Amino acid sequence: MEKRNGHHGENEPETGENEETAPAPPKQSCSRSDESNIFILDGNNTETTTTGGCATTDERRTSTSNYSSRQKIDSLGKIRPPFPWFGMDIGGTLVKLVYFEPKDITAEEEQEEVENLKSIRRYLTSNIAYGKTGIRDVHLEMKDLTICGRTGNLHFIRFPTQDLPAFLQMARNKHFSSLHTTLCATGGGAYKFEFDFRQMADLQLLKLDELDCLIRGVLYIDSVVSNPSECYYYENPTDPEHCVQKPFTLENPYPLLLVNIGSGVSILAVYSKNNYKRVTGTSLGGGTFLGLCCLLTGCSSFEEALEMASQGESTHVDKLVRDIYGGDYERFGLPGWAVASSFGNMVCKEKRESISKEDLARATLVSITNNIGSITRMVALNENIERVVFVGNFLRVNTLSMKLLAYAMDYWSKGQLKALFLRHEGYFGSVGALLELLDPS
Amino acid sequence: MDKSITLPPNEIFRNLENAKRFAIDIGGSLTKLAYYSTVQHKVAKVRSFDHTAKDDPLYEISMQEEILARLHFIKFENAYIETCLDFIKDHLVNTDTKVIKATGGGAHKFKDLIEKKLKLRVDKEDEMTCLIKGCNFVLRNIPHEAFVYVKHADSEFRFQNTHPDIFPYLLINIGSGVSIIKVESEDTFERVGGSSIGGGTFWGLGALLTKTKRFDELLQLASKGQHTSVDMLVKDIYGGSYVSLGLTGDLIASSFGKSATADKEFSKEDMAKSLLHMISNDIGQLACLYARLHNLTRVYFGGFFIRGHPVTMHTITYSINFFTKGEVQALFLRHEGYLGTIGAFLKGAEEDNPNQYSWGENYAGSSGLMSTSPDLNPMQRARSGTFDMLEMDRLERQLVNLPLLQDPSSYIPDTVDLSEDALAREYWLYCFEEALDGVVKRAVASQPDLPEAAERAEKFRHKYLHKLQTLRHQPFAYGSLTVRSLLDTREHCLNEFNFPDPYSKIKQRENDMALKYFQKAVKSLEELSWEQRQFALVRGLLAGNVFDWGAKAVSDVLESDPEFGFEQAKRQLEGMKALGPPHKCALFFVDNSGIDIILGVFPFVRELLCRGTEVVLASNSSPALNDVTNNELQILTERIAAMDPVIQSAVKEDRLTLVQSGSSSPCLDLSRLDKVLAGVVRERHTDLVIIEGMGRAIHTNYYALLSCESLKMAVIKNSWLADRLGGKLFSVVFKYEVKDVKTG
Repeated sequence: MEKRNGHHGENEPETGENEETAPAPPKQSCSRSDESNIFILDGNNTETTTTGGCATTDERRTSTSNYSSRQKIDSLGKIRPPFPWFGMDIGGTLVKLVYFEPKDITAEEEQEEVENLKSIRRYLTSNIAYGKTGIRDVHLEMKDLTICGRTGNLHFIRFPTQDLPAFLQMARNKHFSSLHTTLCATGGGAYKFEFDFRQMADLQLLKLDELDCLIRGVLYIDSVVSNPSECYYYENPTDPEHCVQKPFTLENPYPLLLVNIGSGVSILAVYSKNNYKRVTGTSLGGGTFLGLCCLLTGCSSFEEALEMASQGESTHVDKLVRDIYGGDYERFGLPGWAVASSFGNMVCKEKRESISKEDLARATLVSITNNIGSITRMVALNENIERVVFVGNFLRVNTLSMKLLAYAMDYWSKGQLKALFLRHEGYFGSVGALLELLDPS
Repeated sequence: MDKSITLPPNEIFRNLENAKRFAIDIGGSLTKLAYYSTVQHKVAKVRSFDHTAKDDPLYEISMQEEILARLHFIKFENAYIETCLDFIKDHLVNTDTKVIKATGGGAHKFKDLIEKKLKLRVDKEDEMTCLIKGCNFVLRNIPHEAFVYVKHADSEFRFQNTHPDIFPYLLINIGSGVSIIKVESEDTFERVGGSSIGGGTFWGLGALLTKTKRFDELLQLASKGQHTSVDMLVKDIYGGSYVSLGLTGDLIASSFGKSATADKEFSKEDMAKSLLHMISNDIGQLACLYARLHNLTRVYFGGFFIRGHPVTMHTITYSINFFTKGEVQALFLRHEGYLGTIGAFLKGAEEDNPNQYSWGENYAGSSGLMSTSPDLNPMQRARSGTFDMLEMDRLERQLVNLPLLQDPSSYIPDTVDLSEDALAREYWLYCFEEALDGVVKRAVASQPDLPEAAERAEKFRHKYLHKLQTLRHQPFAYGSLTVRSLLDTREHCLNEFNFPDPYSKIKQRENDMALKYFQKAVKSLEELSWEQRQFALVRGLLAGNVFDWGAKAVSDVLESDPEFGFEQAKRQLEGMKALGPPHKCALFFVDNSGIDIILGVFPFVRELLCRGTEVVLASNSSPALNDVTNNELQILTERIAAMDPVIQSAVKEDRLTLVQSGSSSPCLDLSRLDKVLAGVVRERHTDLVIIEGMGRAIHTNYYALLSCESLKMAVIKNSWLADRLGGKLFSVVFKYEVKDVKTG
């Protein structure tokens, strides 16, 4: 029996986050025939692609030698890879892509720039949605960023991992391989789809460890973002009336527990920039929330599941301490509002028939979130770490879970543990991959 | 509610007439009732005659009624609660009990019904407190209570030795939610944590996902499913394993991760399996985190989620092994379902000080651990498990470890674990079945004045045969199956049908006869040289031990060939070694009545006394086979003392002491001995332990390590066992050990 049920947060406004967010994409369709249409380029681009296509065959033969010859040396003497600059993180559910758009292109460069490169840049920067499922998180874009001697904007793009074939098809159509860029990729998909990248798009991946990338990305983004501060926490997490976001400076962050909630969850103890270990993980993560919600409510997207959860009431579904003891279980200091058994009321037929899909979505969200909080708290105690940073795409537009985590950390540790969050939630792995391209460690 | 069931009253609510102190634990589906009762038992007592005419037997045997305290625990489905309460009301004769202690979630729901039916006031006790009290009680009093579950092993249940100190431990109670309790002593425990993802989550979420209502059916579905179609595995993300982190490809990366990416239909079985893995892994992980934080390695699991279900015991075990890399073992309890009611009962019985006594599981009256194969139809299973019983006898004496055990925590009394040795199991079950006719015959013969003895003996036969059949299919029913447990079960069944001492008359006759030869035997020994005498003493001891009605090979010879005598037995013996230097004090666990004790043991004891060694003779507290009881040994010693000045002065000067072992078994568990014995052993600075006989030195204690010199001797009177040990029938085991160095 543990944890808060999220009841107090039922009225919390979700709009603050939603305004900044790209609208939810239309329902995806899973039929195979649609997949090739996910990344459709506009007419112009398609033409360009076709033209560029002729060159590929020749260039491919000499790709190795070309690769080094095309590298640029910047003013600081650093070897700079050719554009385009991408970092990719292929997770179990989502592919996260960061793209650096140079804004300091000289006329000379512009002249030299091949049409393929221009078309990619145009395509990525002029759209906020790609095909049916690709999304650019415009609110996360980092403007006027100087990186590796170049200034420009960093774009954050995501699409479902299951649409990776469509992405590869686009890369092939656009003759991406002719640009001879090294595609730095992390996440499990870098391994799983390595062959497909080569086979379908003639691209060679530089595979990177996801945890290395994650930590590198977190530390980098936190260091370059100042307004609004990348890191924040919730003040007064146990008082829903006065629970507000506050900026937090991650100046001396170590030791730090980094909890990455993607499809599953990894918990890392970070002692310094290069010293970390994966302490444990759990399979009850974002994938579990969405998977169970799909089965229980028939929804089909994370956004839809969250929307339902925001309207539901988990206490209809869960059995609370007060449902068993009539109030607090004083003998063990358990408050009446604590959840005694997640989904515990669903044992009973009448109750199963009286709840709504929204209630089920809410209960799923609450139990997954509280469980992550509970494991995190135990790991923090065992590792003797007081600061916890939660990242990962499960937290995207998910204020409900963040407040629950903030509450759970604070309440059950009697104020000892602080839950911190980062604005670029799920993109740190791909940022780390990009940094690896620019400055191999 | 099914009221049509008719209860076989004598089988289920036994000894209800004298019942007092009730306790009840009503869970979500099962009710557990406890009561204390006294059982009238016949016991055989021996009493010395005041005068001894020449032809009178040496003592008289009388059957007396004795009152035995017994705890009864019955588990049944909630559906039967009203029927059961009615039955209790009708059969409760003379009780002055006013209250019934109650615990469990359902206690308040049935409060009015109980008060109305039984006219007892329902007094609620805290659930967790009851649980812990019950847990402490079973861990302390029931050997082989805890076990490790190994799914694919020959015997799925690996029973654990009772650790002399049961604290500290962690109890993970998986009910609808999970409670994690750290127990540090009898009265100190703390709920250190918990989780809302528990049995209720499996059941509730499972019911929603599969439209299957019953918990048992959900488990059955789960046991047939494939979780890999629902869960996202590491290999689904990586294409293989995540090598740098050592995460294998088959590891679950995201539970239900695949049901989020496709509009696919999933089978009920697969979803149930995935759910089971998710919840078991989660609980296992939290348990490990708590165990680590509190630095505990003994972690017991209980609650309805676990309760004898092989499926959940397996997934929890798997999870614990995964998360602790084998450092912590998941432990389960045979009587886990009874903890709450035992605790509630103990709360109500505090004025009787139940914790001051030792208790023993009565194998005759207890159902034993049910096999709950997931392949069984849940309805079948429910029926077979409808009424489950546990009976605990209050033992006369408090039992403790022998202080001379080298390492009490690793001591295992039994030599062969029959639950792990299928061939040996087959053989011994067959043996006991074969011997049953003889036992029945002897039981009837022991009570010639009671005409209904034959009928009772048949009931005994039926009951014991049934136990043997149960054990053939469920060797794990009462903990590890051993020759000792088979013998003890037989004794319990004999007692159950009022055959407390079938061998009393035989023992009397043989003691009588052997006494007549005592002086002659002593005289002939004294005529020998010192060296010859040592040899003859050991030979005599072993030869005497051949006379054992418990061993079939011997009783065959004894019954067919009355000429098979002492001298002949001597000649069949082979090999032996001499004793070392004199000792301060020798503790002697004796075996049979008659020739064994009088002509074998006493001359040997006499020699020890002459060497200046004090002797403590430990004999059974109550009868078992033809073993000499403490009661009988006292009379024998008096008689021998009257004939022999050496023994007489030793008795007078307290250099020869008789103690009871606390046991009523032909075997010997050195971790459950009379507290008085332990005290004497310590006071006298005992430095030699002699264990005699097949039951005590071979079936048990053959490998026991003691912190002083020890002598284990027996004659192998069973040809199968002789074969097993690589010897011949009637060959001799003579094992002289100096601490842990084996020399003989």
